[in-house]
Amino acid sequence: METILVLTHADETGSTLTRASLEAVTAGLELAARLSASLTIGIVAADATGSAGTLASTGVRLLAVSGEAFAQARYASDAAAAEALCRASQATIVIAPGSSRFTRIAAGVAHRLGGFIDTHITALGGTDAVEATRWFYRQRVEAVLSRDARPWFLLLDAGTHAAFAGAPATAQVENVAVQLPEMRTTVSGLRSPSQGAQTIRPDAKLLLVAGAGWTKKQPDGQVHASEAGELILGFLQATGASLGSSKSLVDQGGEGEPVLPFLTHMNQIGQTGATPRHAKGLSTCCHGEEPHVVGWRFISDRRAISLDPNCGWSRGKADVVYIADAFQVMAKVNSLLDAKKA
Amino acid sequence: MANVLHIVVCAGIVPDPLQTLEPITGPNGPGLKNEMVLPAVLDPWAASALYEAANLAAKNPGSKLWLVSLGPKAKLQQVMMTVAQKAGFELVPVDGPIGGFPDAHSTAAVLAEAIEAIPGLDRAKLLLFGGWESATRGAGVTLQLVGERLGITDQFQGVDQIDLRDDGSFEVLERVEGGKHQASVCAGTPAVLGWATGNLAEPRNNPQIGMANMRTIMPALAKAKAAKLEANGLHYVSVSLPKQQRTTRVVKDLTPDEIASELVEWIGAK
Repeated sequence: METILVLTHADETGSTLTRASLEAVTAGLELAARLSASLTIGIVAADATGSAGTLASTGVRLLAVSGEAFAQARYASDAAAAEALCRASQATIVIAPGSSRFTRIAAGVAHRLGGFIDTHITALGGTDAVEATRWFYRQRVEAVLSRDARPWFLLLDAGTHAAFAGAPATAQVENVAVQLPEMRTTVSGLRSPSQGAQTIRPDAKLLLVAGAGWTKKQPDGQVHASEAGELILGFLQATGASLGSSKSLVDQGGEGEPVLPFLTHMNQIGQTGATPRHAKGLSTCCHGEEPHVVGWRFISDRRAISLDPNCGWSRGKADVVYIADAFQVMAKVNSLLDAKKA
Repeated sequence: MANVLHIVVCAGIVPDPLQTLEPITGPNGPGLKNEMVLPAVLDPWAASALYEAANLAAKNPGSKLWLVSLGPKAKLQQVMMTVAQKAGFELVPVDGPIGGFPDAHSTAAVLAEAIEAIPGLDRAKLLLFGGWESATRGAGVTLQLVGERLGITDQFQGVDQIDLRDDGSFEVLERVEGGKHQASVCAGTPAVLGWATGNLAEPRNNPQIGMANMRTIMPALAKAKAAKLEANGLHYVSVSLPKQQRTTRVVKDLTPDEIASELVEWIGAK
């Protein structure tokens, strides 16, 4: 019989579980129910009390590693914490959110326990055995896999499960002691690489993708990069959308060509960037070759504005393609959004 | 004062991103159709790691740079004809399978063994670089596993920047959620850095660097050890291309005003 551990961690407040952690809790509860397996939830937080209260209604065993050393994400301390929780639970299957914090350490912890790991899991299925679905070749090939070896670590992609939402209550938590190694790394804090506005919003319902066309010569023979920047930022401000970009547009900064100053490689989506999950996506000035399409794999409702009627988007990848000048359309869209707001 | 670094970059080779990929299942498990004849490139994020490593080595005289790569010898040779012109390095090739389906734990074991066997490598000065994820398996675990096998417990993933200080310590910027970086200061080597894009543009091809590299690359390829990757209990139930094909409405006859109205309604629709 399997023993399942769900690893969770707090956000920057130090006491509230991240949304991705709560999604992992849902996945763990579902899998435990299906396999009739025992379930334990492990918490890594500066203060685990608040986090544990959120999980009280699960009715499962709660383990916690807490203290100031675990307030911030760092390999040496987080790996020691996760290792201690895994050993205390004696889990055969470990489910964890694919957050930056746990992605950094989970493979190392699996190795310390003589286990194995698979990441970017988008679904857990199977009848008798556990089967995990994930993508290969940057979201271009989908596979279902299973493993005989245990412990088996499974890191879930964010947005693949509903976040657990139970009534907060007082919870019984078993504190697990951790022998910390020498700390050679000090976390200084978080920094935003964007100049000015924060343009990456993972929780936004809408993703706007800007392609290289925004900084190409327009019908008047001139480049209108600053106007493009104003249109894009105006749209983001009015809609709360997140901004993605093609690699070619981001790379222009390093090649001395006109740039949108608020774009960084962090905005990049596609073959060499992120594959974000948003309910809707609007592509502008971006052609539809496969490396870009990869970035749209998990966007449910897709529209595009393109001057090219033969754009790749016309071949079954977008729901609607508008053959038009994005400068003109987006200016009108922003006007309408402003009017609506007023 | 410059610090002497021993930088090892782990980098695989991957199909050119513009190639059409078709999965097939053979006697040894899943793979790609015509995998051996697909044009290949150095893994993009690992390539960023290589350029950053070369830049760091150049700024710190006396430093050394090795490129450890697992793949079929013939494909490695093909890719190195280009990569060797980008930066000066010593190639440590391991002759093994290509592709994203072999188990990452086995890959990590082979890479760690190859690194441990590098003559003259001072592990106290080691910076282990690579891409934070490959463009094949994309698991983002191989480098961590290699690091653990080498006993390195200062690890950073999604790295975009490293600033080395005179005292040997360095500041690292790692990508975290919400488009932000986490800044950390590490006391010094050894450390593992899984690179994202970094800040450097791809270097132009330099035939002189290429010729100097190839003098050592060709003998290294000739002597490359063969590696067999264990499955470690990994089974593939199915491997397939996504089936989703959308019925696209191509709108050619609306004015910008009409399109904008439609888009605003769509954005606001629940």
